[in-house]
Amino acid sequence: MNRETLFNAALLLGLIAVPAWAVIADEPFTITLATRAVILALAAAGLNIALGIGGLVSLGHAVFFGIGGYAMGILAYHAQSYSSLMDWPLVIEGTKSMPVIWIVAMIVSALAALVIGVLSLRTTGAYFIMITLAFGQMFYYFAISWSAYGGEDGMSIYVRNDFPGLNTLVPIQFYGLCLVVLLLVLLLSARLRRAPFGLALDSAQAVGLDPMRLKLVAFVISGVITGLAGALYADLNRFVSPTMFSWQLSGELMVLVILGGVGRLFGPVAGAVAFVALEHFLGGLTEFWHIFLGLILLAVVMFARGGLTGLIAGRELRHD
Amino acid sequence: MSTILIFEQLLNGVQFGVMLFLMAAGLTLIFGVMGLINLAHGSLYMVGAFAAAAVAGLTGSFVLALMAALAAAALLGAVIEVTVIRRLYDSDHLDQVLATFALILIFSEGTRWLFGSFPLFLDIPEALSGPVTLPGGIQYPLYRLALIGAGLLVAAGLWLLIERTRLGIQIRAGENDREMIAALGVDISKLYTLVFALGAALAGLAGALVGAIQSVQVGMGEPVLILAFVVIVIGGIGSIKGAFIGALLVGLTDTLVGIFLPEVLKLFMEAAPATSAGSAIASMSIYILMSLVLIWRPSGLFGARA
Repeated sequence: MNRETLFNAALLLGLIAVPAWAVIADEPFTITLATRAVILALAAAGLNIALGIGGLVSLGHAVFFGIGGYAMGILAYHAQSYSSLMDWPLVIEGTKSMPVIWIVAMIVSALAALVIGVLSLRTTGAYFIMITLAFGQMFYYFAISWSAYGGEDGMSIYVRNDFPGLNTLVPIQFYGLCLVVLLLVLLLSARLRRAPFGLALDSAQAVGLDPMRLKLVAFVISGVITGLAGALYADLNRFVSPTMFSWQLSGELMVLVILGGVGRLFGPVAGAVAFVALEHFLGGLTEFWHIFLGLILLAVVMFARGGLTGLIAGRELRHD
Repeated sequence: MSTILIFEQLLNGVQFGVMLFLMAAGLTLIFGVMGLINLAHGSLYMVGAFAAAAVAGLTGSFVLALMAALAAAALLGAVIEVTVIRRLYDSDHLDQVLATFALILIFSEGTRWLFGSFPLFLDIPEALSGPVTLPGGIQYPLYRLALIGAGLLVAAGLWLLIERTRLGIQIRAGENDREMIAALGVDISKLYTLVFALGAALAGLAGALVGAIQSVQVGMGEPVLILAFVVIVIGGIGSIKGAFIGALLVGLTDTLVGIFLPEVLKLFMEAAPATSAGSAIASMSIYILMSLVLIWRPSGLFGARA
């Protein structure tokens, strides 16, 4: 067992132990913080697939996060107001069922990722970064001007959506659900990496495969996962607003991945936990905690290329 | 819809485009010469606006305010180039994005800490306030007309600088072959600092000029930065000419579609849904323009390299 595996295992055990600790220490708010960290980790795990496996520096992943959020918001809004989403050509009703919401969020994210991917992948490097950033801004302004669903103010959903067999309003149960989703996605990422697909992405040109198509697939999978995270995030807050589409969010997702370590399986988890902890503790000390986040980030970029995982577990053995 | 309104909106579009050019020119120059993608360019825009508002508040002089904006942005640009940016030239784009994102966090929160969260206001100078009557009886704000003039003047100056001066030759050489100009004895690190400070000064100038018609607040730079990215993608990275044409295209599209699309839709729909659908589509118009350019020419209208 190498140090990275140990670090990952410790992180995982920590996440599993959070509810127990919260009950013993009588700090129920910790569970909400941990849920936030897990959902952000999920969103970043999505980005990590584009970034770490596909080599795509997407600065517009808030698009998918926002789409997931709005899929939840719109469906739940119609369910709570007993109105239908669409009457013609077929009647579509809202829903409070999480699995249905997730599927919708993932399908819409996949479509958006496909369109954005096809356009952005015509370019590389700095162009790709600017274009994904620009598409993010497009969705942001669209959400602001979409007055039917709250426009700039967003929408509140009064009751958290349902998951069969669970009472999602109990923090521990919702946390457990999010953690299971995160673990499933990490499992999928690990498989993707080892699967012929991940290997093909690394060496597509050498073996004569179309790298553009593989990258597109990676981008779509990545968007779908971040979209799912968006739906969960909206459910955590019971609120959606255009800020889920903002460029700051895209930047923060990127920060989570880098803070944890690019291309590392558990990097996004380490990054998200560190980010939420920083936000909580530094944010409690000073209103201007982003200054310190910026300084830490600068230090990571300039001196600790492998992020937290790299610092703790040493340099990666795998050459990439 | 009258021709006067159309002409007025055309001028608004040109004014917006010219200000975008000031941002995009610096970005594209920095990318072209140093290969750096600089997200913190929006912060330099903001710093220029704040410096201008602060100095105008103290002295009441708009000229001094503009000079302060130029000086503050150029100085800050030089400082971050020497301390941070310089280390990023050989890094990949991912590191550049993160480091400059970190700079945004530091500058935005730092400015909020210094000036507070409330917007500042920068007044239009007395001599340039009020409307002016153009040929054809069109009333147009004099200050906006002055912005167009100032932007065109800077564009011309930049063209002269790059095409006609020794520094310009070095900049153009730097875009083509870095090692060669170092071999020819040009102090390349000094050249890079100079180019970065020049780009920063242009951003600061834009911030101060636009700050007088909008409020000066934290976070004002990033929406403009992203628009400038759209401009560069359309025009082609590294091309000043592309930045100019792209900026005008984006400025005109954004202004004209926003005004006219709801009117056009009203011909086919009821007024209320036409207005909301029109403004929703209009908010996406420049990105649609960008997508079309990408389909047609992936490396932009004047981009040499992808």
